[in-house]
Amino acid sequence: MLHASAAPQPPDRLNDFVIKLANVNGTGSASANSLLMKSMFRMGIPVMGKNYFPSNIQGLPTWYEIRVTRDGYVARSGRIDLMVAMNAETYAKDVKDVSPGGYLIYDSTWPRPALLKRDDITILGAPLARICNETFQGVRARILLKNIMYAGLLAALLEIDLDEMRKLLGESYSSKKSLLESNVRALELGYNYAKEHFTCPLPLRVTRMDKTSNHILIDGNTAAALGCLYAGATVGAWYPITPSTSLMDAFKSFCGKWRVDPANGKHNYLIVQCEDELAAIGAVIGAAWNGARSFTPTSGPGISLMNEFIGLAYYAEVPAVIFDIQRVGPSTGMPTRTQQCDLMLAAYASHGDTRHVLLFPNSPEECFYMAAQAFDLAERLQTPVFVMSDLDIGMNDWMCPDLKWDDSYQPDRGKVLSREQLEGIDKFYRYFDKDGDAIPYRTLPGTHPKGAYFTRGSGHTQYGGYTEDSTEYQIVLDRLKRKFDTAKSLVPKAVIDGKSTQGMGLVSLGSCDGAVREALDLLRGRGVQIDYMRVRAFPFGPEVEEFLASHEKIFVVEQNRDAQLRSLLTLETAVEKAKLHSILHYSGLPMASSVIVEGVLAAAGSLSAAVGEPRVARVAEGRFS
Amino acid sequence: MSFIAKPKIAHPGLPKNELGLTRRDYEGAMSTLCAGCGHDSITAAMIEACWEMSMRPEQLVKLSGIGCSSKTTAYFVSGAHGFNSVHGRMPSIATGAVAANRDLYYVGISGDGDTLSIGFGQFAHAIRRNLNMLYVIENNGVYGLTKGQFSASADIGTKAKKGEENQQPPVDPVLTALTLGCTFIARSFSGDKEQLVPLIRAGLKHRGFALIDVLSPCVTFNDHVGSTKSYAFVRDHYDEVVHADFVAPAQEITAKYAEGDAMPVTLHDGSRILLRKLDPSYNPTHRGQVFNYLREKLAQNEYVTGLIYIDGNSPDFHEVNATTETPLNRLPYDALTPGSKGLDKILSRFR
Repeated sequence: MLHASAAPQPPDRLNDFVIKLANVNGTGSASANSLLMKSMFRMGIPVMGKNYFPSNIQGLPTWYEIRVTRDGYVARSGRIDLMVAMNAETYAKDVKDVSPGGYLIYDSTWPRPALLKRDDITILGAPLARICNETFQGVRARILLKNIMYAGLLAALLEIDLDEMRKLLGESYSSKKSLLESNVRALELGYNYAKEHFTCPLPLRVTRMDKTSNHILIDGNTAAALGCLYAGATVGAWYPITPSTSLMDAFKSFCGKWRVDPANGKHNYLIVQCEDELAAIGAVIGAAWNGARSFTPTSGPGISLMNEFIGLAYYAEVPAVIFDIQRVGPSTGMPTRTQQCDLMLAAYASHGDTRHVLLFPNSPEECFYMAAQAFDLAERLQTPVFVMSDLDIGMNDWMCPDLKWDDSYQPDRGKVLSREQLEGIDKFYRYFDKDGDAIPYRTLPGTHPKGAYFTRGSGHTQYGGYTEDSTEYQIVLDRLKRKFDTAKSLVPKAVIDGKSTQGMGLVSLGSCDGAVREALDLLRGRGVQIDYMRVRAFPFGPEVEEFLASHEKIFVVEQNRDAQLRSLLTLETAVEKAKLHSILHYSGLPMASSVIVEGVLAAAGSLSAAVGEPRVARVAEGRFS
Repeated sequence: MSFIAKPKIAHPGLPKNELGLTRRDYEGAMSTLCAGCGHDSITAAMIEACWEMSMRPEQLVKLSGIGCSSKTTAYFVSGAHGFNSVHGRMPSIATGAVAANRDLYYVGISGDGDTLSIGFGQFAHAIRRNLNMLYVIENNGVYGLTKGQFSASADIGTKAKKGEENQQPPVDPVLTALTLGCTFIARSFSGDKEQLVPLIRAGLKHRGFALIDVLSPCVTFNDHVGSTKSYAFVRDHYDEVVHADFVAPAQEITAKYAEGDAMPVTLHDGSRILLRKLDPSYNPTHRGQVFNYLREKLAQNEYVTGLIYIDGNSPDFHEVNATTETPLNRLPYDALTPGSKGLDKILSRFR
């Protein structure tokens, strides 16, 4: 177990600690946990929330982790300072997981097994179930309100503003007065019990800051759905799959508010829940071919099913936007755990020579902007574009700067010939590189008989006709390769930080970013200076080549077993393979800064050999009972 | 899929439709199918129907999957966009295309392998959506392009060219469509243009999913003695139950029919289908009765043809989805974005 952060424990725990809440799923703990996190957020304190939930509806263990972080770090630290152990089944493990010097709160309605003692932590018991049973009627209400009670308990122990919590409950239950009353009652019962029985506050506590104004708490799937709304997407096709489902749910909800004509109830959108992912991507391609902005949210298994169609869209040059909310594989894997394990799958999806444009958002904020950008790129390049999010970004609430929208934005619909343009030309050739950028012109059905052509996945000439001629076939295939080069100049550039003199670099992507940034701060504290490049898209631009060329030793941090980003870098750039040292995390839990710090120190040979194999930080923290 | 461009020579005396176009204007590339293929007759019927309807060529969208049948979308109406997609997945392409633009006519050409094997799921779900399209199955009971394997519509006991006998029961697309709630079901024979052309016209005008299962013998791999999808067998076991005549709105006045002889069905745009029932007891609007009738005839080894079932009242794909009247692909961006002011409102939920 890697309990300790590689950093020394900060002496001052004000607004800087981690709470973990162990519950049973389906008991309503989500509302209590969200109440806790949001109340601190409203006190102006930066927070991070991660939900570890089972692939199940009711009865299995679930955890929620809240990091209170005055420095505004967005990733896990690897510590647990306060455990709320509400699940008897996982109690033994939960006790073990508390960092030394930490606290554990349990429901003392039932006796605590003496075996589970720890001398290096403080254990506080409160008879939550007993008080609930004495106060409230109905089994369901008692279970739900027990959770709100522990929120009240923590409010007293941590000095969370009770008024903020009451206000939040008021917003949640504005139309259900009796529910509001019982929730406030439970909150106050918990608060008062702690005030009477414990020394409040604990050394871990919060106090108001001003670091969350102009910020929101939002999950990546909601933000991506919002990006689709603002991009002007009109057709969504999908098949439900965790962890992507909430993206289409959110899009549907936004459309219900913003895309329905109040006069007649007609929809300026159409969402098709398909029979499977094969049909979902087919519908996306059909709609985009016919001139509508269309998209599908899915996850790894869905991408596997879509492979044949993705190759068709690549070769027939049809736009498509695909959100891959990555989850743990292979096969069904662990549907409710996070990974970045579809990089290779998406980059080369389908049979034959295919390469695809991928975008790597690092947060819900980038999910919003990159979602909109994905439609512009797909239509400009006439090709599928993947937004490679993951469960951590997609389903957890992240603190982000307010999303902004530039009202001067107009969608880039790419090279689509209008009726008037077709009138003015002699003959239309679908796959001809007229402009020298390897992007041909396309036409939409219904425009003009002159624009008609036959779209096919089989061999075609640059003029759009059928062919089995070697030369004609190769002309088109080679142009597609040049088009991928054009894509390099259009996709978002890598973000590069630091001017280290030590010649060390670190490359990462997506949801690793927060943990990397914190780790680099911690390493700097130990005199280790590393430059950082976060790649934001595939294909890699010239700045990626330049960074790789200018560093002697480069760490590649990613969340999969097989070092897929490292593979892509070695395949698609001129980098010398031996320069790239992997730090891999694939437990299914979101990346923690401790993993990177330990990985770098281990590789640098300055950490004790006990940590494990060099260059790979194996984190034995997966507990997926 | 032709290598050869068709010579564009038209006799000045060729008849013209309301748009001033001749039948030649509705042709496509030269067919590369075998001489005598039933599919080419269906292509000819498509050309005839589009010409008769005075359809602007660009108003048609041709969709297909993979197989001999799916190649035929290149052989008619070259002024229309075509999409020859992947095997068995044409219905999903159609779903997206129909969603994007509700103002065009969509025809999907498929085969028995494309529809009843690899594409069985997509076929079923396009029917369930009552997707606005005409779906034609060019049904020959055999895989032609891969040289003669039985397809899922091959009858028990039918013989392959080399004598092998099929042992598995066939999937009947008409019975299947009936049970799935299909709103327009017809069966015809590639050799019967008189029956087929009005069915195509009616199917294109039908609001919702129109299925025409066309028995279309494969002259190379399935036209021998012992095959139940040969020209000779189909002609002998062919039983038209309801003949459909299509009457465009403008022709209404000249169309004559005696009450009782014909059963008119008015389509959403005012055009009509006149159904001449050849079996007076047959009711093409009663799903259960139709099902029983087909089963009885099947037991007698008879292919029931004609307009077998019609329901003009069920909501189509767009009605179910409350899609706005303007095609989605033509909505201006302003109608789609809440703008920066809207974003402020949206974000208040996340504070």
